[in-house]
Amino acid sequence: MDIYLLEAIINGLLLGGVLALLSLGLNLIFGVIDVVWIVYAEIVMSAMYGVYWLYSYYHWPLLLACVAAIGIGALIGVLVHVVVIQPILGSAPINQLLATGGLLFFLQSLATLLFGTDYRNLGIRLPVIEIGDIFISFSRLIAFFMALVGAVLLYLFLAKTYLGTAIRAIAQDREIMGLMGVNERRIYVITSAIGGGLAGLAACLLVLQYDVHPFIGLTFGPITFMVCVLGGLGNMIGGFIAAFIISQIIAVGGYYFPVEVAEVLAFVFFIVMILVRPQGILGK
Amino acid sequence: MAALLRLKDVSAGYGSFAALFGISLSVESGEAVGVVGPNGAGKTTLMRVISGLLPPTGGRIELEGDDLAGAPSYRIVAAGIAHVPENRRLFPRLTVEENLRMGAYLPQARKHFAERLDGVYGRFPRLKERRAQLAGTLSGGEQQMVAIGRALMSKPKLLLMDEPSAGLAPLVVDQVFELVRGIRAEGLTVLIVEQNVRRVLEVVDRAYLLETGHIRLAGSAAELKENAFIRQSYLGL
Repeated sequence: MDIYLLEAIINGLLLGGVLALLSLGLNLIFGVIDVVWIVYAEIVMSAMYGVYWLYSYYHWPLLLACVAAIGIGALIGVLVHVVVIQPILGSAPINQLLATGGLLFFLQSLATLLFGTDYRNLGIRLPVIEIGDIFISFSRLIAFFMALVGAVLLYLFLAKTYLGTAIRAIAQDREIMGLMGVNERRIYVITSAIGGGLAGLAACLLVLQYDVHPFIGLTFGPITFMVCVLGGLGNMIGGFIAAFIISQIIAVGGYYFPVEVAEVLAFVFFIVMILVRPQGILGK
Repeated sequence: MAALLRLKDVSAGYGSFAALFGISLSVESGEAVGVVGPNGAGKTTLMRVISGLLPPTGGRIELEGDDLAGAPSYRIVAAGIAHVPENRRLFPRLTVEENLRMGAYLPQARKHFAERLDGVYGRFPRLKERRAQLAGTLSGGEQQMVAIGRALMSKPKLLLMDEPSAGLAPLVVDQVFELVRGIRAEGLTVLIVEQNVRRVLEVVDRAYLLETGHIRLAGSAAELKENAFIRQSYLGL
């Protein structure tokens, strides 16, 4: 096989990891709370600024800054739920959509106000690994494996703990959760914290590869939504699979065509799939 | 004797529609009490009000003297009332064992999860065989076993059962009533709502007749079986 094609496939796989992590968070929130956080990528952006600021300005060790960023993501997640979503939980879905959409512009503007529109990066140059004739960026490799670790931890939490089981159960029968002794509002807050924390983890992985600026969310926000819808909104396994499909289309497409064309191909694939399977790959 | 559960003048409804009008009833510790009546009488509403799924619009709901009216359902379970809801309401995409684990969600129940799980599997060996199966794939009778087992996992003082025989094959209905008899023989207090008046009067000590949101009659099972109105309207005699 063409060595450059193989390199493209590997890069696509690595890109898919972070995309899968983002889709897990968004699907978790949607599955449990039944709300789409349009603002999700902006939580990632905020946490990226968190890493940047703690590392570059306050000179925290990178690992500690990353842990803090996960905390920042979780905190923003809780605030999004308690301040914005909880008061309008009973209202029409479009209102919730508009509210989180409004929050997107709020966070973008706040970031612009606080940090300006400069592109900032950590100034860390991670090595590029050469295996045979294939070049793999070390930061992408770290991102891929950390995304997998995050996904596995989330899986174990959902499968093995009481809280995780309740989170899966709540999407199946909301009304009777109270009969199990479950405080539904508390589950929503915890789920929001986890969803926000996953955004924080994704931020740590992305800030190693990309400059942060107030509009960075637009780079991967739309693609994350596309992945979630393609997989079947709320279906975490579907989203996980879709993330790797989309990233392969972009990576392999980018090998044959300019990268912009590759992204167009991904969206064309998405549109066709939505016509053929509107419920998503694994949706019901 | 102090009642385990006492309802005083409880009213409830949905929006502007009133479903229960000044219901008063009591359940003594160790008793099995039935609430019978036709479709739409308010039987399920009564259960939902007791377990906190629906806040009452008036009255008191006392468990061992403490007023629980208007408390959220997760507090009412913690106080000791478990509710086997109408139509079983299992989590279809969780396994049998995960459904039972949800029944033991409360901190005080988690500590005893293993022994209570053994207890439920001892009572329903079939569920042990199917413990890794998704609850949605079980037969109606098996689902009812899971629903009852799930409620027992919290080791309640009072077990509410809403139409446990509904939608089940006649043979399975026999099993369900046998089960109710067994549970109450173990000393667990049971409040059961049923349309199947004849069958329920065989397993309870006392019963109330609920019609259009009012209690029309109350008495021991033996008295009600002999009551002319019940015989004519509900037993078809």
